[in-house]
Amino acid sequence: MSEALELPAYARSLGLSLTGETEGGMPVLTVDFGPMVEGRPQHFHGGATAGLLENAGYAALRTALLAAGRDPLLKPINITVQYLAAGKSQASFAVGRITRLGRRNANVTVEAWQADRSRPIATAVMNILMVEAQP
Amino acid sequence: MNTPSTLRFDAREASKWFFRHGHTGWLGLRFTDQGDNWVELELPWREDLLGDASRPVLASGPIISLMDMASGMAIWQTRGNFQPVATLDLRVDYQRPARERASVRGRVECYRITRSAAFVRGVAYDDDIADPVAHVAGCFMTIGADPREGNPALKGALGHE
Repeated sequence: MSEALELPAYARSLGLSLTGETEGGMPVLTVDFGPMVEGRPQHFHGGATAGLLENAGYAALRTALLAAGRDPLLKPINITVQYLAAGKSQASFAVGRITRLGRRNANVTVEAWQADRSRPIATAVMNILMVEAQP
Repeated sequence: MNTPSTLRFDAREASKWFFRHGHTGWLGLRFTDQGDNWVELELPWREDLLGDASRPVLASGPIISLMDMASGMAIWQTRGNFQPVATLDLRVDYQRPARERASVRGRVECYRITRSAAFVRGVAYDDDIADPVAHVAGCFMTIGADPREGNPALKGALGHE
């Protein structure tokens, strides 16, 4: 399912990639720790963590839309990121879950974690507008 | 605060150190302006920061990074010293896409500081601050030691004795 997914330029240049694993049918994304994501020394920058969450959210939505045979243009409405624990100098992972997939709007919840899947470091809720191409 | 006024945190000076390396250095953030309780930074246009292959428009992700960094610096600017903070919660409401091939500026003000928390709000815009790309609101907490505090090279810039 995730083979058809392609990450946008920003995701690729930030070093994000698809792990090939899924959770609840949704693709798990990962990023290694390195200078490109570092904020406070030896910790993830909040913006880099947000980038991981946001891309995992879009990847989940694209996956759900592909399964439904839809290919709309996606426009961000808003994102709220909650930071729960410092992102340390190791790989981070994230996966999205579709809370509601409507005709025009989608509500997606995303979780990011590091070594321990049961201890999230950040979560996000995203509202995304979907614009279908005119036939 | 026991920080001498001559060593007050200065966002312009601190930017020279902050944007040399790490995530914000990689994004190429630049200092543009500051006030008593606000800081404005610029995220330059760059081809590899696109969010959508079909349009030459900056992705929303780096705009979050821009606003997160401007938020932290607005807090230090308001407080007058560099006391490490961690983002607790950051909300971004996108108003419209950035214009094609446009750099985006982020202006964030810190409107309230308590002993352990700081509250910020701001806008991201391309050419007209009255027509923003996004509004943001955030809440930050002060945290423990940051190794950058002990860096002698940062004393002046970061406002420490």
